[in-house]
Amino acid sequence: MTEFVAPTVDWAALSPVIIVLLAAVVGVLVEAFVPARPRRTVQLTLAVAALAGAIIAVAALWSGVEETGGTVVLGGSLLVDGPTLVLQATIALLALISLMIIADRTETGEDAFAPNAAAVPGSDYEELARRKGVQQTEIYPLVLFATGGMLIFPATGDLLTLFVALEVLSLPLYLLTGMARRRRLLSQEASMKYFLLGAFSSALLLFGIALVYGYSGSLRYSEISEATQIPGGLDSLLLVGSVLILSGLLFKVGAVPFHTWTPDVYQGAPTPITGFMAACTKAAAFGALLRIVYTMLPGLAWDLGVLLWTVAILTMVVGTVAALVQTDMKRVLGYSSIAHAGFILTGIIALNEAGIVAVLFYLLVYGAATVGAFGIVWLVRERAGGHDGADGTSSILGEATHLSQWAGLGRTHPLLALTFGLFLLSFAGIPLTAGFAGKFSVFSAAVEGGAWPLALIGVLASSVAVFFYVRIIVLMFFTEPAGADGEPTAAAALAPSAEGFALAGDAAVAVQARSTVTTTVIGTEGFAVVAIAACALVTVVLGVFPSPVLDLIASVATFLP
Amino acid sequence: MHTLTTLVASLPTDTIAPASETVRAGVLLVAPLLVGLPLLSAAVLLLSGRRSDRWGHWLGVLASAASFVVAAIVFVTMLQRSEDSRVIDVSLGTWIDAGAFQLDAGMRLDPLSLTFVLLVTFVGTLIHIYAVAYMDHDVDRRRFFAYLNLFVAAMLILVLADSYLLLFVGWEGVGLASYLLIGFWNYNTEYAVAAKKAFVANRIGDLGLIIALGIMFATFGAVDFGTVLSGADGGASEGTLTAIGLMLLLAACGKSAQFPLQSWLGDAMAGPTPVSALIHAATMVTAGVYLIVRSAPLFDAAPTAQLVVVIVGAITLLFGAIVGCAKDDIKKALAASTMSQIGYMILAAGLGPVGYAFAIFHLITHGFFKAGMFLGAGSVMHGMDDQVNMRRFGGLSRYMTITYLTFMAGWLAIIGIPPFSGFWSKDKIIEAAFVPVDGSPWRAWVFGAITMLAAGITAFYMSRLFFMTFEGKRRWSTKRDGSAQHPHESPKLMTWPMIVLAVGSVGLGAFLGIGDRFVDWLAPVLGHPEHDEPVLPVRVITVLTLALVILGVVIAWRRYAVSQVPVVPPVGTALTRAARVDLYQDSVNDIALVEPGQALTRSLVYVDRTAIDGTVTGVGLSTVLLGGWVRRLQTGYVRSYAASMLLGLVVLVVVVLLVQS
Repeated sequence: MTEFVAPTVDWAALSPVIIVLLAAVVGVLVEAFVPARPRRTVQLTLAVAALAGAIIAVAALWSGVEETGGTVVLGGSLLVDGPTLVLQATIALLALISLMIIADRTETGEDAFAPNAAAVPGSDYEELARRKGVQQTEIYPLVLFATGGMLIFPATGDLLTLFVALEVLSLPLYLLTGMARRRRLLSQEASMKYFLLGAFSSALLLFGIALVYGYSGSLRYSEISEATQIPGGLDSLLLVGSVLILSGLLFKVGAVPFHTWTPDVYQGAPTPITGFMAACTKAAAFGALLRIVYTMLPGLAWDLGVLLWTVAILTMVVGTVAALVQTDMKRVLGYSSIAHAGFILTGIIALNEAGIVAVLFYLLVYGAATVGAFGIVWLVRERAGGHDGADGTSSILGEATHLSQWAGLGRTHPLLALTFGLFLLSFAGIPLTAGFAGKFSVFSAAVEGGAWPLALIGVLASSVAVFFYVRIIVLMFFTEPAGADGEPTAAAALAPSAEGFALAGDAAVAVQARSTVTTTVIGTEGFAVVAIAACALVTVVLGVFPSPVLDLIASVATFLP
Repeated sequence: MHTLTTLVASLPTDTIAPASETVRAGVLLVAPLLVGLPLLSAAVLLLSGRRSDRWGHWLGVLASAASFVVAAIVFVTMLQRSEDSRVIDVSLGTWIDAGAFQLDAGMRLDPLSLTFVLLVTFVGTLIHIYAVAYMDHDVDRRRFFAYLNLFVAAMLILVLADSYLLLFVGWEGVGLASYLLIGFWNYNTEYAVAAKKAFVANRIGDLGLIIALGIMFATFGAVDFGTVLSGADGGASEGTLTAIGLMLLLAACGKSAQFPLQSWLGDAMAGPTPVSALIHAATMVTAGVYLIVRSAPLFDAAPTAQLVVVIVGAITLLFGAIVGCAKDDIKKALAASTMSQIGYMILAAGLGPVGYAFAIFHLITHGFFKAGMFLGAGSVMHGMDDQVNMRRFGGLSRYMTITYLTFMAGWLAIIGIPPFSGFWSKDKIIEAAFVPVDGSPWRAWVFGAITMLAAGITAFYMSRLFFMTFEGKRRWSTKRDGSAQHPHESPKLMTWPMIVLAVGSVGLGAFLGIGDRFVDWLAPVLGHPEHDEPVLPVRVITVLTLALVILGVVIAWRRYAVSQVPVVPPVGTALTRAARVDLYQDSVNDIALVEPGQALTRSLVYVDRTAIDGTVTGVGLSTVLLGGWVRRLQTGYVRSYAASMLLGLVVLVVVVLLVQS
């Protein structure tokens, strides 16, 4: 009997993950032992400290990785190399910014989450909890757990760790999705859908892992990669397994045909969570996808190329086309995130170092704009009854997500609308925004990697996409607000910009139904403003001076085998 | 027998493209002020707005005069230097630093550029002074002076540039300023159209200059005069040089209103008269002549291009002269004469070394007498309630003596009566045209005869103009308000510039011409060409020319001074009718260029509307339909989502397996 040998663990290399997960565990204890009144403060401080600590830990690891190329930790389960660090920094940073928005209770004193998520929607019990000002502070540890999973996800070195990380990041997200304060049924439905479909895709992933294990006899990427070099008789086992694994990951990034959950979940989830999910989950999942495609399956590049090409093209086209006909802001952003997943896939298909750099950079700039945009969506609210509370009966409701409700926002709240316009321009990839630098780098990587048809489709899709981004800007700045007499204009603004779109009717109906509801922008506690400003800053700075960051990423853009 | 070309070839190259020296200190460093002063004044006038309305015009005059003073200082300094050190570069620092292409901005001060600077600033200043009175009643006088200053500054940049690229800056500046000035009264649609026409014709010429710049850069890797002109001798094939030469000629045609781009000049009379004087005498139209003479080494190495230059000059020369015979509008008749006289200069410039100096010589004398006559015409209009139809003048000599006398000086100068200015310069050009090229006398005969014939026609139409205006019986109509005409002399501010210019018209030619003083002055740039004897003895040429001139004057005297001039123009011969409409130039342009262009535009608009817009709309519509379809797939049921995922997965697996097998 061989003696048990304790593996030597390079704890330092794991520090970003450990800090966040430890803080999450402590957060659970805080829930149990800290009195209700200071609890939120403690949780928030803990979470911010943990995420900031993770960023510092990444920074501390940076120079070592830059020199050595990376460390293999836990006997190969985790690989702390350049891309890992870049992604961990990105995820931690975006999570930190998201957390600021999640934590903000706004001028209404209510955060985005149900006071008591366990209460039946619309029940007396829920109303009681709301009246008493109960707050669900479990969201902080949940966010930290999810973030911890995301930090592990792109660093994984074997398929089992990959699966575990996937579940660690997914389960808290399922919960968070169902915790919206407003439109709780929609939120819970979204949560349920997300969970079921997530479970489905996890099953596919697991099945794929099993098949690949059956082929190669290993779970380690490097060993699987070696096994694929040896000609064997069970090619189809490997191929089908790989397809299943990829499909599991493509589900997480929201690529067609595994995208169906995206708009529903984005719409139903509490808006700050949507921003967090859209930015950070994407970064984590693309990081893992990048690693698997580049280190585990390079031998199958030819066979799987057709899959990735098909998925990328479908994703770009479907995301763009479907976004054109949406009338709900959160769904527009949801479909736009699908289209962006397609653009990022073109960078992955490039299969060169420029592709790695481009994808990592794109994830950062897209994430920043996304968090900021959802943050703003969260602040644009419906107000029931009278204007500006003159008669004392007005009350702030949920987010004003219907497009027509955004009409004229540029006049009433120019700064907010300008910032939102900036994010939209970045999504659209207009020069001097970070989105342009990102799109340019993925498309040029794709062209360099010989995938020019993809780049071409990407550019075409981007130009179509400009249409619906600019339409929102036009709506905000050049359309009369949808007041008592402004309804027709708001509806009309949607109609002509969408010649023949079956949209004007919807808009008119929607506006009519809400005729006593006006759109307003609520004040914040300050966290959200800081967060949105940070996103805007990133978007502008990386748009004007992208090269320092691109160079920084390029200096470490090599995967450990 | 030595032929001309062998003589030219035997000239040391440094006399053609002399080595220049760069000045870093000394009095010549004031040179940038030449351009700076009028430019600054223009900026002040444009930016200060209405508050400078009261004194703005004087600032304009002052800027122009100060620029002349600077020019005089530079001139005196230059005279003190020995003849072989009169080509000076004043560096203004690095302009463009783009990898392999590096260009310093600088000014080239040499006798050629200085000649232009003196002409532009001196005549320009006189025109400024004149305009103070002429534009007295115009509410936008300040703006007018700003544009005049801009015009002068741009012209100075053009002639002082030390590279073709900087020259191009001035070239465009002149085009812009002329557009602004011709269309100064742009509330009148016709005038605005005239300005546009001038602008478009100039743009075509500019295209030539741009292409020439491109070829130069491709051939020599530089666009500064030093490199290009010294590289012309052996640095490039003759074909390349011919291409550059022809493109430069195209540029010159646009700016100098030469055939076939001459049509804008007559319409450009729409601008206030001082503008016409400035465009026709001192600036703008002389730019083409300057460009060709400045590029002399290029043209010397490209005989074909030279021949084309001569032909263009000859055609324009005759064209302008014929048109001039039929025009009844005094300013348009003068415009036609400008076209014709510039034709002389271009022709002379095309003759090669034998003609360069004479081209510039004629340009200078022309600058004086033409400016004088334009100002005279303005004075007549001033006294006759802006009437321009010469058939409504007549007998004005008694009412405006100074205008009459100064105009007479200009008239005698332009038709080349000795000892007036024009005689000295024009006679030299006619002589040069009679010099055989390449030993073949046919060109000498053809071009010599044309220049001589044109001299006779010039005498006729200029005499016609002069007699119809000042002699004969009065044929005045009433004023626009119905009252009777009261012709009167113009104020002193207008007459004094005319007197000064008249002095130049009388004496400048003799002063510069006797003893080849002017040719010697230009020698550091253009060399001292030896040339063959003309095919006719010089004396015979002069006598024959004078005989033709006198014949022209006599015919004009009989028809327009002695006999009664009909107030309504007679139908006239076919040639007269053709000449009245500029020999159908506009119709030709319309048929050859405008209508095909408009047809092209219309068809493009049609294609754009139906095909492109249709496609775009169609794509948009089908995208939306597709979107609607995609939206229907998004049912909201988890089971259908899962099913679609599964279906997609199966399809992907099948595809991957198919590809693999």
